[in-house]
Amino acid sequence: MAKRRFIQAINDAMFEEMERDPRIILFGEDVEISMFGDTKGLRDHFGPDRVRDTPICEALLTGMAVGMAAAGWRPVLHMMFSNFMYTGFDAIANQMSKLHLMTGGQMKLPITVMAGFGGGRSTAAQHSDCPYPLFMNLGGINVAVPSNAGDAKGLFKTAVRSNDPAIFLEPGGRGGELGEVPDGEHLVSFGKAAIRREGRDVTIVAIGAMVKLADQAAKALAANGVEAEIIDPRTLVPLDEETILASIAKTRRLVIVDEARDRCSAASQIAAVAADRGFGLLKAPVKRVTVPNVCMPYAPVLERSVYPSSERIVSTVLALVSNQEAI
Amino acid sequence: MRNDYQNPSQETLLAMYERMLVIRETEEYLGAQFRAGELPAGVHLYIGQEASGVGICAHLSDEDWITSTHRGHGHFLAKGGDPYAMIAEIHAKADGVCGGFGGTMHVADLSRGILGANGIVGGGLGIATGAAFAAKLDGKGKVAACFFGDGAANQGTLMEAMNVASLWKLPLLLVCEHNGWSEFTRSEVATSGNILDRAQPFGIPAQEVDGNDVGAVWRVAGEMIEAMRNDGGPGLLLTHTYRTRGHVEAEINFLSQSYRSEEEVASWEARDPLDRAVALLAETGMATEEILVVRERVKTLIDAAAARAQAAPDPDPALVKSMMFSEVDAW
Repeated sequence: MAKRRFIQAINDAMFEEMERDPRIILFGEDVEISMFGDTKGLRDHFGPDRVRDTPICEALLTGMAVGMAAAGWRPVLHMMFSNFMYTGFDAIANQMSKLHLMTGGQMKLPITVMAGFGGGRSTAAQHSDCPYPLFMNLGGINVAVPSNAGDAKGLFKTAVRSNDPAIFLEPGGRGGELGEVPDGEHLVSFGKAAIRREGRDVTIVAIGAMVKLADQAAKALAANGVEAEIIDPRTLVPLDEETILASIAKTRRLVIVDEARDRCSAASQIAAVAADRGFGLLKAPVKRVTVPNVCMPYAPVLERSVYPSSERIVSTVLALVSNQEAI
Repeated sequence: MRNDYQNPSQETLLAMYERMLVIRETEEYLGAQFRAGELPAGVHLYIGQEASGVGICAHLSDEDWITSTHRGHGHFLAKGGDPYAMIAEIHAKADGVCGGFGGTMHVADLSRGILGANGIVGGGLGIATGAAFAAKLDGKGKVAACFFGDGAANQGTLMEAMNVASLWKLPLLLVCEHNGWSEFTRSEVATSGNILDRAQPFGIPAQEVDGNDVGAVWRVAGEMIEAMRNDGGPGLLLTHTYRTRGHVEAEINFLSQSYRSEEEVASWEARDPLDRAVALLAETGMATEEILVVRERVKTLIDAAAARAQAAPDPDPALVKSMMFSEVDAW
């Protein structure tokens, strides 16, 4: 085990994978200087053919990734902030996610599209979004949202080795957290959730950076005699429904923590799965701790008022276990 | 050694004429099938534009890439796609080139470098730029040709593609097939200036050609593609042509009024690219009987392909769920 910062773990994965497979090409805005640090040093090591800054033209870049992959390369497209994925959304939604089916399976698209996402840093409405619900709805794209350094490395490697498109969302400017990264070849499979903490009273499914908040909440809950089980789905497509359902079967209560806006969030989907396949297991309503249906305000005091917090998780869980209507 | 692109040989002309005939026969058949209610969706026919795709694709091999448009049957066949596999696809059959999953607007054959017709206007621009980057990385002199219409020339991604392709000296041939219409909107209403001039600020060489003259298209495209194979960077080729059929065969069913005059259509029918190819062949001394032999051969080929496609089995609905990912079983 080595202690690595989240962003360093991604950087390690990139070095190792690009060394392993000469057909991996990294391109995107400012990948050479590396704003977040995840692509640092790659240009010097692998040269301009394989690591290349692009103009700011997301609508073209996502289409280019499709063309490069169709022509036999394995592109990694860094889009910096996930909000910029909207500018490049056409080729993601209309080409990347559909061409495998449209061509009757002829076109394999080993593409990784990565970006930093999420709020909490006063980056305001256009740099704080959490767009994975959109990608989940497209159908033909895997969606990985690691919560820690070790998973970031392992999920990134799985993404670039897959022959299907993957969206890899990293915590961007929040990527400095240290974590344990297993030594040697470390791969994390898609569709395998992790149980971060075991507990008997409530299941908390927490996505990405929300795992840390859930962990803080679980400690506070334990002090109140409530044992929370924390499930980290790690990928939203594919989603490990079985692990979530098995946990509900034990705890019979479910709270989902998601920093997407509430309406049609990943939390909504997980709640739907619980209602559909786990109805008989539940003894309380499924609750979601999300961002309300607003875009992210700038002032820290405003942002804090809408961003999920460990306090909100605690109060939601306590209301559930005391059998009151939750907040 | 530079090739002489002054005049295509009789053999080349005849091969191109035959390919144009394959497109025409196939599409006449498909149009009739649609009108007879035998196709599940409307088709966007390339009839009238055949010389453009054929004159360009004559210079491309299976190793080169093309992207196409919603009007993509012609490009598919021009690039060497199998007529049976395409007709079966449009008949929504399991034997279709995309197994019945893509249909008329998405015909693709990766084994022939056909990255697909595309239902999004301008959707091929990014894909072709990426394929051109791939071709450059491959370093084997391959090129990518992006077919798009004058309607797609108004998408911002054209500017983005020209910028990247010029900066990175990508072997990207941007082929704007100017047929005068953006669906049902006249080009004069939708397009400012001259599309050819749009390449100039990017330092991209641009040429225009009579897109109904297969010999002229072949000459200009040959020069541009050869330059590209020698690390020459991108080019823009504007082919002036016209679709003598509607935007989509179904349009008569939903349009409340006509959007173009019979005279306009007739004036272009008088410049039919197939008739003009016949005239070019006659100039080379080819006898009418020899041309008729080719026509019969193509008709027999397409008739047989059509009959076989009609009898082909339907696709299996059980396959749909497995088609979104190539590795769905891996997790």
